[in-house]
Amino acid sequence: MVWKIFLFVLLSFVSIAGVAFPVVPVPHAWYEFPLIPGLKENAKIIFFHVPTAWLSVVAFLMSTIYSIRYLRKKNMDDDAKSYAAAQLGIIFCVLATVTGAVWARFAWGSFWSWDPRQTSIFALLLIYGAWFALRSSIESEEKRATLSAVYAIIAFLTVPFFIFIMPRIMSGLHPGSADDTNSGPVINFKMNANMQLIFFLSLIGFTILYFWMWSLGYRSIILRDKINKQSIKE
Amino acid sequence: MNGKAYALYKKDLNSELRTRYAANSLAMFIIVAISVILFSIGNEKITQSLTSGLFWVVIFFSAMSGLSRAFVAEEERGTSLTLHLIASPSTVFSGKLLFNLILVFCMNTIIAVLFSILFEAFIIRNFALFAISFVLGNIGLAVASTIIAAIISKAGAKGTLYPVLSFPILLPLILTCVQLTLLSNQGADFAEAKFELAIVFCYDVIMLTGSYMLFDFVWKD
Repeated sequence: MVWKIFLFVLLSFVSIAGVAFPVVPVPHAWYEFPLIPGLKENAKIIFFHVPTAWLSVVAFLMSTIYSIRYLRKKNMDDDAKSYAAAQLGIIFCVLATVTGAVWARFAWGSFWSWDPRQTSIFALLLIYGAWFALRSSIESEEKRATLSAVYAIIAFLTVPFFIFIMPRIMSGLHPGSADDTNSGPVINFKMNANMQLIFFLSLIGFTILYFWMWSLGYRSIILRDKINKQSIKE
Repeated sequence: MNGKAYALYKKDLNSELRTRYAANSLAMFIIVAISVILFSIGNEKITQSLTSGLFWVVIFFSAMSGLSRAFVAEEERGTSLTLHLIASPSTVFSGKLLFNLILVFCMNTIIAVLFSILFEAFIIRNFALFAISFVLGNIGLAVASTIIAAIISKAGAKGTLYPVLSFPILLPLILTCVQLTLLSNQGADFAEAKFELAIVFCYDVIMLTGSYMLFDFVWKD
């Protein structure tokens, strides 16, 4: 119970701080953010967009880990965990895509410009979509668990190409792209200490929120399966 | 093991030569797809980057219409149980992969020849680069589509799911191969394309290893 209150306070603080703290050219007070040339107030997207994008990848990673565990041990609980992780993953993936696109309209001039990271998140959305399409097409539980686990692992093999290789060979607009003249990621160079603090607090808060939602999700799936099996027996 | 895999390939090849189902439908598919593109272009001049993109669009959809045959046919005829008895999973996969590789190579060679005849912008200036990227791209395409074909042959829905499942897996390969085809059409030398070639090579190795490791789970019910 204590950590739920802690999480509530943390996320409230991050939301208020992220939206309301002013951006000034030379920050003095602890609540002032530095002005990043070319981004201005738009820079505040980092507190909300980056955690959602991060969680959509974390969810995919967890879904893959539990898929591997399912294939090794053939325990249906692992399949439920993998499924719950992916369910949350697609929500965060849509959130990251939409917040990013709306932000890009104001910062880069158009909703979508096939920047490498936009391409990657689009591919991630496609993978999630294909994964759920595959799951819904199979009747037998064990077969569904096995085949979707195999597909999740194969899909995960393509992730290094999207995350590490594509952004470095294609020209892009995100920080860290091949033709980025700002000499490296925004996190190290352009943010001051309190901006970094709120960014990492937001990342931690959203990650805790994700794990809480995930444990609720997989426990309810396991219970639902149990109830279904009992009602079939009776 | 290699002998058995080759025997499986011969079996698939013989049954293919007897009916010519895949070859006929693939050939017609290629002709239809290219003629639709030609009609929609009309008299316009299209750029090199668009042509190399269209080249891989035709390759992707032709592969999607033909390559799932190898496994789906076994399930339809009810012969997969026999295969379970006579061969280990990796042998079955090798045999099917060999067949699909041959099919992909024939299909893509035809597409490449047709493209260089019919499209003015598609002129291969650096042939060695084109050949290497073509071979590496075909291997990647065949490996990824063979393992996805195995998955969908075990799943209920057969036709529609195949391109849906394959596209995200093939996307890094296709994006890089479009780039490589464009470079070879522009006559770039190897130094410019070495990063892309390395990516396609890594993709092939990763997919081949992953497919062999995971095929056991797909194949054993």
